[in-house]
Amino acid sequence: MSFLAIKDVHHTYFTKASATTALSEITLQVEEGEFVSFLGPSGCGKTTLLSIIAGLIKPTHGTILLENKPLSGLKNQIGYMLQQDYLFPWKTIEENILLGLKLSNQLNDGTKRAALDLLKQIGLGGIEKQLPKQLSGGMRQRAALVRTLATEPKLLMLDEPFSALDYQTKLKLEDLVSKTLDEFGKTAILVTHDIGEAIAMSDRVVLFSPSPGRIHKVFEMPDELKSLSPFNARNHETFSSIFQTIWKELESLESGKE
Amino acid sequence: MSQGKNSVNLLHKNYLHSLSIEKRWVRFYQGVIFIVFFSGWELSSQQRWIDPLLFSSPSKIWNLFLEKFHDGTLLSNLGVTLTETVFGFILGTLLGTLLAALLWWSPMLSKIIDPYLVILNAMPKVALGPILIVALGPGYSSIIAMGAIISVIITTIVVYTSFKEVDPNYLKVLQTFGANRFQCFKEAILPASFPTIISTLKVNVGLSWVGVIVGEFLVSSRGLGYMIIYGFQVFNFTLVFLSLLVIAVVATIMYQLVELLEKKLIKE
Repeated sequence: MSFLAIKDVHHTYFTKASATTALSEITLQVEEGEFVSFLGPSGCGKTTLLSIIAGLIKPTHGTILLENKPLSGLKNQIGYMLQQDYLFPWKTIEENILLGLKLSNQLNDGTKRAALDLLKQIGLGGIEKQLPKQLSGGMRQRAALVRTLATEPKLLMLDEPFSALDYQTKLKLEDLVSKTLDEFGKTAILVTHDIGEAIAMSDRVVLFSPSPGRIHKVFEMPDELKSLSPFNARNHETFSSIFQTIWKELESLESGKE
Repeated sequence: MSQGKNSVNLLHKNYLHSLSIEKRWVRFYQGVIFIVFFSGWELSSQQRWIDPLLFSSPSKIWNLFLEKFHDGTLLSNLGVTLTETVFGFILGTLLGTLLAALLWWSPMLSKIIDPYLVILNAMPKVALGPILIVALGPGYSSIIAMGAIISVIITTIVVYTSFKEVDPNYLKVLQTFGANRFQCFKEAILPASFPTIISTLKVNVGLSWVGVIVGEFLVSSRGLGYMIIYGFQVFNFTLVFLSLLVIAVVATIMYQLVELLEKKLIKE
C-alpha cells in the first residue's frame, strides 16, 4: 500500500521520422511524506516521467496509482513546479498565487487567507499587489512555490526548480523548500541533474540511465543526512562519499554508452 | 566630495540643455519644411508655374475650408466617414481576433483552412467592393463592410500566430491546476497576446481608411470619399485637396489616439 505506485510504465514519442522510446519498464513506489529525486544525464526521460505522473502526458503503457486510485479524474492532487517561475507577468503576485484555487473553484475567504498566510510565512509579506517583474529571481520562484502549494496538493513535482537561479539563492531556496515541505508533510519528487542537490534534499535518489530511460540504481540516503537541512547535509562528512559513489555510477553510464 | 557632486550636477544640466537645443532644432526644421512647402505651393500657383486648375493653392483650399465648415457640409461628411472607419476597424479587429481564437481552439480547423487564408490574404480586398454593394445595398453597411473586410484576414493571421507563440510552459502551469481549454485561453493565451492585438489595431486604422474611402468612391452620396469623387467629376480640385488634407489630419489623430490607448492598456 504505497502512496504513489508507478507500475511498468513505457513511453514512446512518435514523430514523422522516428519513434523514440523515452521510458521503459519504470516501476517505482513512493511513500507518503518521502522526498525522492530523479537523477540522470539529459535525455533519460526524467521530465517525461514527471509529466506522466502529473497527468500531463498519457503513457503508452503502464499505470500510475495515487493512493490506489488511477490518476485520471484526480484534479489538484498534484502540484508542479517548473524550471522557471512562470508567474503570469500581467497578474499581480496575489492573482498569481490564487490562480490554482480560482481555476478549480476552491477560491473562498478561507483558502484565500491561507494562501496569503503562506506567502507571509515564506518571507514575501507585503508584496501581494506587485507585479512579478518587480521581484528578484529567488523571490519569484518562492512565489511560484506558494502558487503550487496553495491548492494543497498531495504530491509535489519539482522539475529542476533551482536550475535558473544563482548559486547562493539556490542554496537558500533548497533549505526553504525542504523546510516547508517537511512542515506540511508533503510528498515530493525532484528532477535534477545536480548530484549534490539530489543528495542534500532527498530521502532517496533514483538514478536513470538514458536511451531508453530506465531506472539504473536506487540510492537510499543515510538517516543522518535525511534529518539535516540541505545546506548542512552538504557539509556532512558522508556527503562526499555518497557523491563519489553516484558520480562513479554516472561515469560508468557514460562509458557504457560508447 | 561636495565639489565633485556639484560638477556632476553641472554636467547633467549641460547635457539636458544640449538635448533641449537639439529638440528645438528638430522642431525648427520641421516648421521650415511645412512653411516652405505650403508657401512654395501658393507662390508657384499664383505665378502660374503650375496649373492652378489642377493643383489649386493653399489659400483657395483654406477659403473653401472656411466655406464648407460654416455651411456644415464638411463636418457632416467628415462625421459619416469617421463613423464608418471607426466601426470598420473595430469590427475588423474583433472579427479577426475571434477567427484567430476559433483557429487556436481547433488545430484541425486551422490546418484545413490554412490555404484559404493565404488566398484571401493575397487577394486585394477592395476588388470585392462591387459584390459587397450588390449584396448589402449601397449604403453605410456595405462601406463599413469594406472597412472591416480589408483588415480582418491579416488580423486573423497575425493574432493567430501570436496565440501559437505563447510560451507552452504557461499552459503547462494551468494544466497542472486542471484548467480546461477555455480557461487556458482566458488566463494565458489572450492576455499574453494583448500587445499584438493592440498593435494590429494600429495597422487596421490605416487599412480601414483605405477600405472606407474606396467604398465611398463606389457608392456613397456622403462622406470624404464622395467629396473627392465629386470634386474630380466637376473638376474642382480644390475640393479634392481639401478632402485629402482633412483625411490626413483626422487619420493621424486617430492613429495617435490608438497609440495612446496602447500606452494606457499595456502598463510598463
